[in-house]
Amino acid sequence: MKQPFEKVVEQHGGTVLRVCRVILDVHDAEDAWSETFLAAMRAYPDLPDSANAEAWLVTIAHRKAIDVLRARKRQPAPIGEIPEVPTALGLPGAADGDLWHAVAALPDKQRQVVAYHYVAGLAYAEIAEILGGTTDAARRAAADGVKNLRKNYPGAATEGAPS
Amino acid sequence: MNISPNHFTAPAEADTLSRLRQRLGLAAEAEGLLDVAYTTIDSPVGTLLLAATPKGLVRVAYQVEDHDRVLDTLSQRISPRVLRAPRRLDAVARELGEYFSRQRRAFDLPLDLSLSGGFRQLVQQHLPEIGYGQTRTYGQVAELVGNPRAVRAVGTACATNPLPVVVPCHRVLRADGTPGGYVGGPAAKQALLHLEAAA
Repeated sequence: MKQPFEKVVEQHGGTVLRVCRVILDVHDAEDAWSETFLAAMRAYPDLPDSANAEAWLVTIAHRKAIDVLRARKRQPAPIGEIPEVPTALGLPGAADGDLWHAVAALPDKQRQVVAYHYVAGLAYAEIAEILGGTTDAARRAAADGVKNLRKNYPGAATEGAPS
Repeated sequence: MNISPNHFTAPAEADTLSRLRQRLGLAAEAEGLLDVAYTTIDSPVGTLLLAATPKGLVRVAYQVEDHDRVLDTLSQRISPRVLRAPRRLDAVARELGEYFSRQRRAFDLPLDLSLSGGFRQLVQQHLPEIGYGQTRTYGQVAELVGNPRAVRAVGTACATNPLPVVVPCHRVLRADGTPGGYVGGPAAKQALLHLEAAA
């Protein structure tokens, strides 16, 4: 039986927002969230009951984020570089501002894999379906991403995420 | 320090999410995707769930009916595109508020009766003919709908009324004057009868 869409938003809204915030800036992340859930609501009646709703939502969010990133590359933002000084607003997390900037500085693919694996908790096989390529390639991109994070954000280790 | 999802949780996430969910409800309505909008209101007979399709009010549910189960049923029977989106229910909430404060005696709302069919729907269509503060027996309602022998079926139609309070099945009593059953429980039926009698 298909649960009401409201429950899907309730269960996965937070994760999708965090994923969008990792792969986009704060403002674009909110637009991507809105477009993701609107597109998901449109397609929801046709989603098989057995589908993994979170992987499905992250797939849609990935496509929406790609659209935003492409639009940004065609039309450079006024600030091309990540600010040197962490924002006083503390977004998206005051205590981990440095980690945030380290993640934001990763190449697109590494940042996406880190978001989908460590934030959304997707398996590498599921991430490979989203990004194209093999499961091993996804795993390597995550390993490279984490290696870069360790370099730029000393003390970062990885634990507790599914393999 | 470990990399875990918690590192990506912004302090204002709950506020942001509630704002985004509100925005989603409005966007879904604008795009014609909001097949079922619902909200909940406080009332003298407990929290009521109100749900509407684009056609009109489709469900009023008492807490004893279990609101999660009611939403599951709406998802199955009407459409899974169900969102908490209070705006579509503004007029319903206002009229119910007026009713419970004795400032309204009849409802003037578009209704969607698609949750009941056949004889049940026929009975539910006729129930608003029983005026505020009046009561009828199940037998009298059977006569009203032109099927005087269908007393039990009238009882079933009242018990399965998807729009209690608004479609006044609480005004139908047993022939011996006792209230009979009610979808919101006997106390809620008594409360509504008292409310209307005191006006």
